[in-house]
Amino acid sequence: MTVIYSRADKVFRGIVTAGALTSLILLGLIAAFLIFRSADTFRTFGFDFITGAEWFSAGDGFEADDVFSIGPMIVGSIVVALIAMSMAIPLAIGGALYIEFYAPRSIYRVLVSLLDLAAAIPSLIFGLWGIEVFTSIGVRWSTFLNDRLGFIPIFSVDFVNFGRSPFVAGCVLAALVVPITTSVAREVYSRTPRDLVDTCYALGGTKWGAIRTVVMPYGRSGVIAGAMLGLGRALGETVAIYLMLNLVFSYSYRILDSAGGNVASMIALKFGEATTKEISALIAAGLVLFIITLIVNMIASSIVQRTTPRA
Amino acid sequence: MNTATVQPTAEAQPQRPWAVKRSTRMFSAGRLLAFAVAAFGITLVTPLANVDGWAIAFLLVNIVWNLGVTSKLGAKERKDALLRLTITSLGMLAFIPWLSIFVSVLLKGYRALYPGYFVGDMRVTTPDDEFNMGGAGHAIVGSLIMVAIATVVTLPLGILSGIYLTEVRGRLTFLVRFIVQSMAGVPSVVAGLFIFTTVVQSMGKYSGLAGGLALAVLMLPTVSRTAEEVLKLVPDDLRNAGYALGARQWRTALMVVLPTVRAGLVTAAILGIARVIGETAPLLLTSLNTNGFVFNPFGGTVASLPTYIFAMFVYGTEYSTARAWTGSLVLLAFVLFFFLLARRLGGRKTAVKTKK
Repeated sequence: MTVIYSRADKVFRGIVTAGALTSLILLGLIAAFLIFRSADTFRTFGFDFITGAEWFSAGDGFEADDVFSIGPMIVGSIVVALIAMSMAIPLAIGGALYIEFYAPRSIYRVLVSLLDLAAAIPSLIFGLWGIEVFTSIGVRWSTFLNDRLGFIPIFSVDFVNFGRSPFVAGCVLAALVVPITTSVAREVYSRTPRDLVDTCYALGGTKWGAIRTVVMPYGRSGVIAGAMLGLGRALGETVAIYLMLNLVFSYSYRILDSAGGNVASMIALKFGEATTKEISALIAAGLVLFIITLIVNMIASSIVQRTTPRA
Repeated sequence: MNTATVQPTAEAQPQRPWAVKRSTRMFSAGRLLAFAVAAFGITLVTPLANVDGWAIAFLLVNIVWNLGVTSKLGAKERKDALLRLTITSLGMLAFIPWLSIFVSVLLKGYRALYPGYFVGDMRVTTPDDEFNMGGAGHAIVGSLIMVAIATVVTLPLGILSGIYLTEVRGRLTFLVRFIVQSMAGVPSVVAGLFIFTTVVQSMGKYSGLAGGLALAVLMLPTVSRTAEEVLKLVPDDLRNAGYALGARQWRTALMVVLPTVRAGLVTAAILGIARVIGETAPLLLTSLNTNGFVFNPFGGTVASLPTYIFAMFVYGTEYSTARAWTGSLVLLAFVLFFFLLARRLGGRKTAVKTKK
C-alpha cells in the first residue's frame, strides 16, 4: 500500500522525526563534549590514564607535576558491581518467581506496586540507610566471612575494621539494583504462555517442574537483559558509593578491607576542589565510565528488543 | 410433590472446592507463629543472633518441617517443597531492604519534623541547632523549580519521540527505540559532567537552569518510553476513523490520538519526575547548594532536597544527621506522591479503554 502524504503531513512528519532524534543527538553531544574536554588529559597521559594507579594534583601553577590515572577506580567499580550482582541476581530471580507464581493473588498487585516504587527510591536514601542501618548487619557478616574464610585471600584483611568495605557497599548496591532486575524478570516471566504451564501440571508435574522446564528457559534472555541493566546501574552509581566507601587509590582485591571506590564516586568527590587540569581529567574519567555503561546498556537493550514481541 | 406453595429452592452457591479452607489457613498461620517463636528460642541458645540469625533459624525450622511433611511423598514433592521455600525466602529477602528503608526513614525522619520545616531555610540556622529552627523550604522550592525546568524541556521531546515511534513509524524507528533504551542507563554523574562542560562553563556559574537541564537528560528516556507505551494503547480503529473522515495524518495524530491519551501523557511526565527528583550526583556538579531561598534559575547556586540531605549528612553531627533523615522523609513523600498520582491517572486511562 502506498501512502500519499500531503505537504502538511510532510511538515508534521519532519517535526516529529526531528523531535525523536533529539535523544540520538543528545547522546552524540554528550560523547562529543566529553571527548573534546578530556582531549588534553588523554594527550598528556595516553593509555596510562586507564592503567595507572596514581592521582595527584599539584595545584594551580604546578601542572607539570600532575599525575592522573584511574586504574584502581575502574577495578573498584567492577569489583563492587560484581559483588552487588552476585547477590542481586538470585534475589531478583527469586523475587520475580515469588511474585508471579507463589505470592497469594490478594497481594499480587500490592507487590508489583511496591516493586515499581522501590525502583524509584533515590540512591541517596539507599546510601543513608546503608550507613546508618545496614552497616551493623554488614559488619557482622564480614566478621563471619573473615573468621571462617579468612584463609581465602579475598576475605583476608590488614586491619579488623569492617565498616566501610566494598563488601558492605556491594550489599547496599545489591538492594538498589534488585528492583530494576526484578521488574524486568517479572515482566518476562508474566508473559510465559499459560498453556505451556498448564500442560506441565496436566502431565503431573509439580510447580517447580513447570518453572524449571517452561518458565525459566522462556525468561532466560529477559533475566539476562535485566541483569545487564542492573549492572549498568551498579557501575554508574555515585552517591551511595560516595557515602559508603573510603576512597583509596590503590589496587585491592580484598573485599572486606575498608578501602575502595568507583569511578563515579571519585568524580563527585574530587570535583569540589578540582583545578582546571584536574577537571579535564575528571571529564576523561566520566568518558571512560560513559563508554563502559553505554556498552553494557546497549547489550541489554538489544536483548530486550530482540525478545519483546512486536506490538 | 405438588404442594401449592413453591418452595424457594436454595440458590446454587458457587462452590470452590479448591479454595484454601479457613481452618487450613488458621493452621498454617499458627504454624508459622510457632516456628517464629521456636526460631527465637534457637537464637537464645546458639551462636545465631540478631535479626539475620533469627531469619536463618526460621528458615531452618521451616526446612525441617517441610522435609518431615514430604518424607512419605517421594523425591519430586520434596524437591518442590524445598524450592517453594527457597523462592519464597529469596523473594522475602528481596523485599526486606525496601521495607526497612521505608520504616527507618519514618522512624528517624520524624524527629526534626515540625511545621516550620517546610517554610524555613538554613540562612541563620546551623545544622546543629534545635529542631524547631530552620527548615528545608528553600531546598523544596529549589527542587521543584529544577524539576519544572526538566519537565518543560522533556515532555514535548518525549511526546514527539512517542509519536514518531507509534504514528510516523519512519525508517529510524528501531534506532530511536534502541537509543532511548540505552540512554536510560547513562550514569547520572555523567549527565552532570555533560551539563557542567556545556551550560555551567559557558554561563560561567552554577545555576538552577543547569541543574534542571541535567535532570532533563536523565528524565528524557523515561518520558519517551512511557509516552510510547501509552500511545501504543490507542486502538487503530480510532486512527482509521480519523482517516475515514478525511483527516490527514497530522490532524489524526494531533486531534484524535493525542487527546485520547492526555492522562497517559501526564502520567509519563509524572513518572519521569518521580525518577529524577531524588537525583543527587548531577546536582552536585551543576547547581550545588545554598542556605537560602533562590527563585531565579539563572542566579547562581540553588539548594535542592537531595543536595540538602547530602550536605546535612556529610556534616556528620547528631542533629544534622537527623535533619538529613527528615529531608529524606520529605523526599520520599514527594516520590510516593508523584508515584501514586501517576498510578491514579494511569488507572483511569485503562478504565476508559476497557469500557470501549
